[in-house]
Amino acid sequence: MDWTRILINALEASVGLQAVVFALAAIGLNVHFGYTGLLNFGQSGFLAVAAYGLAVTVATFGLPFWLGIVIGLVGAVLLALLLGIPTLRLRADYLAIVTIASSEIIRLVVRSVTFEGTFGGSDGRQNFAAGFYSLNPYPKGNYNIGEFGFPERVMWILTVGWALVGLSCLIVLLLMRSPWGRVLKAIREDEDAVRSLGKNVYSYKMQSLIIGGVLGSLGGFVYALGQASIQPDIFGTDTTFFAYTVLILGGAARVGAPVVGAMIFWVILSLTDNVLNQAIDAGYISSSIINNTQVGQFRFMLVGLLLMILMIFRPQGIFGDRREIALDAR
Amino acid sequence: MPAEENEQIGQAPLAPTPRAETGTRRDRRDAAALALKGVPHEPGASKPDPIVVVDDMLRQFGGLTAVDVEHVEVQRGAITALIGPNGAGKTTFFNLLTCFDQPDSGTWTFNGHSLTGVAAHRVARLGMVRTFQLTKALSKLTVIENMRLGATGQRGENVFRALFRSVWRTQEGEITDRADDLLARFKLDTKREDFAGSLSGGQRKLLEMARALMVGPEMVMLDEPMAGVNPALTQSLLGHVKDLREDGMTVLFVEHDMDMVRDISDWVIVMAQGKVIAEGPPDSVMGDQRVIDAYLGSHHDAALTEEDEEQVLAEAEEALERERAENEEAKH
Repeated sequence: MDWTRILINALEASVGLQAVVFALAAIGLNVHFGYTGLLNFGQSGFLAVAAYGLAVTVATFGLPFWLGIVIGLVGAVLLALLLGIPTLRLRADYLAIVTIASSEIIRLVVRSVTFEGTFGGSDGRQNFAAGFYSLNPYPKGNYNIGEFGFPERVMWILTVGWALVGLSCLIVLLLMRSPWGRVLKAIREDEDAVRSLGKNVYSYKMQSLIIGGVLGSLGGFVYALGQASIQPDIFGTDTTFFAYTVLILGGAARVGAPVVGAMIFWVILSLTDNVLNQAIDAGYISSSIINNTQVGQFRFMLVGLLLMILMIFRPQGIFGDRREIALDAR
Repeated sequence: MPAEENEQIGQAPLAPTPRAETGTRRDRRDAAALALKGVPHEPGASKPDPIVVVDDMLRQFGGLTAVDVEHVEVQRGAITALIGPNGAGKTTFFNLLTCFDQPDSGTWTFNGHSLTGVAAHRVARLGMVRTFQLTKALSKLTVIENMRLGATGQRGENVFRALFRSVWRTQEGEITDRADDLLARFKLDTKREDFAGSLSGGQRKLLEMARALMVGPEMVMLDEPMAGVNPALTQSLLGHVKDLREDGMTVLFVEHDMDMVRDISDWVIVMAQGKVIAEGPPDSVMGDQRVIDAYLGSHHDAALTEEDEEQVLAEAEEALERERAENEEAKH
């Protein structure tokens, strides 16, 4: 077994494209769920709207790259308004139902045969990332430290991706230590109490939904540009629940938690994948017990197990405050 | 609970600020009593200087009429108690007045503003702030953050300005000073940095009241301020309610504890089955036959026949059913 390779893969996963995408998705969810208590089960919908907004603008209509970004962002804001207007006056569970349904509606619409000309059906869209890579300041080549490193295209998307992660964390940090963030946290605790103090709860919930949605949508852009290709099934409910896993691993309502959560999540997936595959290839594990194609599924079981262990021994997540969890038990 | 021992500090005699001296308190009480002196002891009696006026307010949950109030006025600057047996519609009436629930019909005004169709948060901004029967301390916020939240007109509550600390820092300082003063007055200053969720029931009631004062209200509505409060803290809470009148605020509160009602209220409004059945100063109301009937049933001193018994049982079951329906309704 090649342990160097395994560790380098894990290291690359910790800063790789998936970690960036899920960090951004979870930062958005953190604003929704962690700070405001909004149960958004359709975060993948925000990613999809951004990714498709960009891809369709460029690939289908041949319009400029920057216009695609603008359309994606506007799409995310509109989606938040569309989801929020009918549901935010109602009890929390209605938002959960509507968001999970709407993200599936978006996925099914973009993969439908009827709109194949626009959205590309189940094959999705390609050839829209040229505008982005033409801005690449890294000269052609591999940027390695030993065996760890990336080619120039990956370097470029990761630079932009991590810059976006940093910027998003900064925005969340500034917002959440302000009186605005205080209102959000109070709404999470009890919205009637906040209303009785003269705050327009509906408006704050809407602002939270929009901001979290837009932050999440950045993950959609990064994914689309990093892969230079999108397919509708990437934006299924799995994506939303991975983002929740990432958030809870890190600890909800902590600024840096989604970032660390995302890194850990993808490192675990990479480690289990590589270790099991290499162990099977080397004959340490008999393929009658588990074979290479089953590893992909099995590693998610391990993540689930890890999450259960974490919830038992550290219910507040890695960064959470134990005192807060203790309050719930009272 | 480790918080218990700290409750005792709330028992100290209430003279935290010069304005709360007993002399002025008696003056305010006398002023309120004087103003209400000529008011007839009748349901719907008009007051010399009403802050709240309610007309023909009706609220039905399905077939059940929870509130059906023809006319009620609340005197400015006085402490008015709203009492009545369980299921009389007191809390529903409260919710309606503060726009946390909308009536099927009726009009009501606060300080001359009509509140029909007004959003609940706007009512608070107009100067009518309420507390809740089940205390709503914001558990995972610290006590001081709970207090700061109460202040109105905060620049930093706008999402764009929130990003720039320099815009709201000065105001935040002023708010914090005001919050600290109130915390000292309510003897919660030692709990400043604790999570509100770690406070005892009585301390939460105090916090909720103090937080409501951060809004700078003209009228404070207290829904069962004594419910679940340890008797040692009751006197302190009573003192705080009297202090509200002291500071020129109007108080309307729902309560079950008759001793408390007698002790602090200038005027009592009695509700039963959704209607206002009696009004008057505490002593006259408690001797009122209609009130005794409402609480105990009109035939409470006659012997029960078997038929009566069956009827009572049927009525009781019906009432239970209704209450359950009401609860169901309230949940949705």
